[in-house]
Amino acid sequence: MADKVQLTINGLSVTADKGMTILEAALRKGIYIPHLCHHRDLDPVGACRLCLVEIAGKWTKIAISCKTEVTEGMVVRTETPEINEMRQVAVELLIADHDTDCLKCARNTQCQLQRVADHVGVDTERLARLREREEKQPIDDSNPFFNFDPNRCVLCGICVRTCDEILNIHAIDFAFRGLKTKIAGFGDKSRLEADCESCGECIVRCPVGALTEKDYKKPTHYVKSVCSFCGCGCGMRLGVRHDQIVSVKGDISSPANRGRLCVKGRYGFRFVNSDERLTSPLIKKDGKFVEADWDEALDLVADNFSKNKGEKFAAIASAKATTEDNYVLQKFTRAVMGTNNIDHCARL
Amino acid sequence: MKFSEIKKRADEEWNQLQQSSDPTIFIGAATCGRSAGALKTKKTFEEELGQRGISANIVEVGCLGPCWAEPLISIQKPGGPNVFYKNVTPKKATELVEKFIAGDDPLPDSALGLVGDKGKYDIPVLWDLPSFKSQQRILFRNFGFIDPTNINHYIANDGYSGLEKALSMKQTDVIEELKTSGLRGRGGGGFPAGRKWEAGFQAKEKEKYVVCNADEGDPGAFMDRSVLEGEPHSVLEGMIIAGYTIGAQKGYIYVRAEYPLAVRRLQDAIQKATDMGLLGKNILGTGFDFEIELFQGAGAFVCGESTALTLSMEGKRGMPKASPRPRTTEEGLFDKPTLLNNVKTFSYVPQIINKGGAWLAEIGTKDSKGTAVFALTGMVNNCGLIEVPMGLTIREIIYEIGGGITDDKTFKAVQTGGPSGGCLPEEFLDTPVDYDSLTAAGSMMGSGGMVIMDETTCMVDVARYFLDFTQKESCGQCTLCKLGTKQMLNILEDIVDGKGQPKDVNILLEIGEAVNGGSLCGLGQSAANPVLTTIKYFRPEYEEHIDKKRCPALACKALVSYRIDEEKCKGCTMCVKACPVEAITGEKKEVHMIDQSKCIQCGMCMEKCPKKFKAVECLPGRLNEGGK
Repeated sequence: MADKVQLTINGLSVTADKGMTILEAALRKGIYIPHLCHHRDLDPVGACRLCLVEIAGKWTKIAISCKTEVTEGMVVRTETPEINEMRQVAVELLIADHDTDCLKCARNTQCQLQRVADHVGVDTERLARLREREEKQPIDDSNPFFNFDPNRCVLCGICVRTCDEILNIHAIDFAFRGLKTKIAGFGDKSRLEADCESCGECIVRCPVGALTEKDYKKPTHYVKSVCSFCGCGCGMRLGVRHDQIVSVKGDISSPANRGRLCVKGRYGFRFVNSDERLTSPLIKKDGKFVEADWDEALDLVADNFSKNKGEKFAAIASAKATTEDNYVLQKFTRAVMGTNNIDHCARL
Repeated sequence: MKFSEIKKRADEEWNQLQQSSDPTIFIGAATCGRSAGALKTKKTFEEELGQRGISANIVEVGCLGPCWAEPLISIQKPGGPNVFYKNVTPKKATELVEKFIAGDDPLPDSALGLVGDKGKYDIPVLWDLPSFKSQQRILFRNFGFIDPTNINHYIANDGYSGLEKALSMKQTDVIEELKTSGLRGRGGGGFPAGRKWEAGFQAKEKEKYVVCNADEGDPGAFMDRSVLEGEPHSVLEGMIIAGYTIGAQKGYIYVRAEYPLAVRRLQDAIQKATDMGLLGKNILGTGFDFEIELFQGAGAFVCGESTALTLSMEGKRGMPKASPRPRTTEEGLFDKPTLLNNVKTFSYVPQIINKGGAWLAEIGTKDSKGTAVFALTGMVNNCGLIEVPMGLTIREIIYEIGGGITDDKTFKAVQTGGPSGGCLPEEFLDTPVDYDSLTAAGSMMGSGGMVIMDETTCMVDVARYFLDFTQKESCGQCTLCKLGTKQMLNILEDIVDGKGQPKDVNILLEIGEAVNGGSLCGLGQSAANPVLTTIKYFRPEYEEHIDKKRCPALACKALVSYRIDEEKCKGCTMCVKACPVEAITGEKKEVHMIDQSKCIQCGMCMEKCPKKFKAVECLPGRLNEGGK
């Protein structure tokens, strides 16, 4: 058991893995320590100052639990009058700086700021004395898939770190100083003009309603599936509302993508319910496409294949097909059609 | 070249200047002198001397310290003392050439003091003057006497001999000397330098860095700039010794781009030291390589914080890293062990090595050794840069060195430690200035700003001023500092605008304590100090603003009124003409009246009212329309 550490949090005995932070150990034990800038996939920065805890010792000290590693015999208290006061001030400051029209927010009821405020509580009199921002900042809706509302941003930096640490793209970062600080693309460009690939990883991790999908509808339930866009086989959870797919989440349990998705997988689902989607084969007759049944269509293809064997035939395989299907296509081209004219879109 | 040869040549050049048969004119031409017109003065000297056909040496030197006396120059005639002259305008320069250089009248009335043998001159010795007597000049010893662009001047005054000595010592012995000296970091934190150097030495990595923090950003502070402009080689020498001691081959100076002269002086010093073999490959033939590069900061105050500074040098956004984190000596620039010290800290090192740690340990107090450098500003007669032994009291600094409060007004508060420091009232006048006493009093040593305030300073307005600075310079990362300072500023602005609310003081205290207690970095953790200390020591002043809507210091425009004394007003119409909003009525030779509803409290009427009448008075609080 050398890799286990025994500590006490709020009087409860907690067993944690060596190298874990106090926050991780507490959350695993079901002890909630308020936090905004912590995300399990990312390196801690300790910016939100909400996860402060008291660590007993020769000198009792207050430290951030998201960055402090557990040690054997550590005695931690997550709530003391001093910490509660600082935390409450921090929450009030965040609320005063936040667009609190929650009913209009896509993240309503799933917002971490709501959870923190609910847990910590506020001094309404003090909160009333704090001044809201005079000017609302413009919403960046340049990206076709998501919006960025700086008025709801808590500057936790999770989006910045996601883009940097997970995607290695670093399309966005903090810009400006003091109260003018905001998240922006290089040169304060919009999300569309920045190096953003619209993968949406930051949208998933945003703890508040600053980054939200366009036309978001809350699913009623989720269905496990595999992405059909390429051969990677990313696991996904399709968010379904009645008979429609309304959103897509990466499947954390899938070894192919561990919860991550790209722009196609995450936002390319609208074709499923599109009116323009082909549901039966079309055959061009007299210059016009006419609906046909599968037997008729396959017969036509087979007939044409037979007529066009040899060097006049070529096949281009698709990245949307699986490796096995692509293998079969090249075998078919060489063995049946008698030509080496086989290529693949991913070879370009 | 051997150091003995370098030294010999330097001595020759220095002695030549000292024993010159021509008079020598030293022009204080640091940024402070230049902005006061030192270069014009220099030009006048050149022209006047040229016209008269007198040959003389004209040397640009660093800043002696007394800003109030700028442009400050000194003249040394062959065999005579070095006589310092204050406020030397071009006109005065002409007079000096005519009367003193060409003639024999040293113009005692224009002189500040002299250095050297007094002889027949009726001019006091500079170091005996009250404003210099309590000073102890260690870092400043050469300021005003040597040409910072002439490396030989520095070498002839013991320069680089500390390096020569250090290179013959064991690294651990250098560290021991520093430990014995008790030198603490001069950037503000006051961490023992010897321990930091030891940690740098013990760091296991092969690649290490020495970084000099010259990102002096406190408003009104210019100590580091003066060192860089006055004696850049002392900083380089300290850094090279540091590189040798910890085993680094590369040093960086993170200097503000807003200090163009300091940048030029450093570039020049690096070049000259390299040319002489004191920097670069195989320093003084010992096989030790060390180079120094300048990095110009883009002006963010927060980049003076160690982790933000290194991130900024790596090309990233300068934001402090939250604790717990490795020390910079373990993981600093490019994640390599880095020894980061302030300009002044490095500047002390050569002398410590030269004279031994015990020499510095004798100066100062038990836990704060050596001297403290302050930029003394505000309402004192003698503003300027001062260097005093640690432990001197604030009273001695203000009333002896500073020459007392301007216009014989009453002292009200002293602010030390820059924007994160605190304001101390009169009861702390006898507090010794050292790291621990100032911290215990609720302020801090900081990097050396000292602002003196008199009765006309409103403490609420002072807190507002500093908060305005800190909130603008907050890096924007952590909730408490970024948002807390802004909300406190909002409340302070309300108070000085007469819109304060009854619970404001308590709310300021609550937010302030949260900001100081919970912020991410040292700057955030002290950001509320100006508010907390002014409330602690001047709470009634806050309450008077809030409850009675009066500014007792008559500084907050919204909380004062102007009134014309009917007895004294002679009806000269000066105020009527001056009023920008036509709030004053009254014909010539009739008593004038101010319409309080129109008055914007600009104070023009009071300024324009002839001194012989003094009919306009300023009162705390707002008068109603009837003038009651």
